[in-house]
Amino acid sequence: MELSLATRTVAAHTVLEVVGEVDVYTAPKLRDRLTELLEAGERAVVVDLGRVDFLDSTGLGVLVGGLRKARNLGGSFGVVCGQEALLKVFRITALDQVLPLYPSVEAATAHGGDQ
Amino acid sequence: MATVRLEFSPEPAHVRTARLVGVAMARKAKLPEERLDEVRLAIGEACGRAVTRTLRHGLRTPVVVEMRDDNPYTVLVTDSAPDDTLADMEDEVTVEASLAILSSLAEELQVTPAENGTGSVVRMSWTPRQRRSPR
Repeated sequence: MELSLATRTVAAHTVLEVVGEVDVYTAPKLRDRLTELLEAGERAVVVDLGRVDFLDSTGLGVLVGGLRKARNLGGSFGVVCGQEALLKVFRITALDQVLPLYPSVEAATAHGGDQ
Repeated sequence: MATVRLEFSPEPAHVRTARLVGVAMARKAKLPEERLDEVRLAIGEACGRAVTRTLRHGLRTPVVVEMRDDNPYTVLVTDSAPDDTLADMEDEVTVEASLAILSSLAEELQVTPAENGTGSVVRMSWTPRQRRSPR
């Protein structure tokens, strides 16, 4: 399965729903969409990985890049991930200490994301 | 023992194919089902690394994946790209994360220079079952 992206607004946050596999082939599409949202002025972005079944280091790099861009613009950035298989990847790389992870969209939008 | 050798042009789209073949070979090598996700991710990381290194230099040399249906199940991923410095923060995160994932998921991991001196070889292995005791 390739990657599909869709955005919706939840509690004043732009939620980017990611479906499919995030790897060296598809990660540029995610990077481009995140850049597009931030450049369009979105300042509260949540990336929902709830329907992602594969995530590699390229995808992790894109997420950290998104966090960095959002912070530089004074915005917030959160990642929704409740799947153990994906959480394991965040833990192995210690990026669970870098990226603000939430178990659900509700939790991410209620918290307000990382500033 | 069977060996499958996959050689592909350095296109990110082909990494998924390598993952699929790698998992099929892991099944054939009798790795338990619960280990297959680890194999899929590790092979994807090694192949993605090889493709990225090759493309960064504008090279078109193929990436070679060799999968040995043996005990242990062994996968070698070879590229022909020279070592270099990384372009930006995102690349650095990706490279560090990739090595952390490979180190964590493969039972044994070696990253060595290619035999001809240019390029690198990632060698990973997983043990599907207990080795028989020598009689």
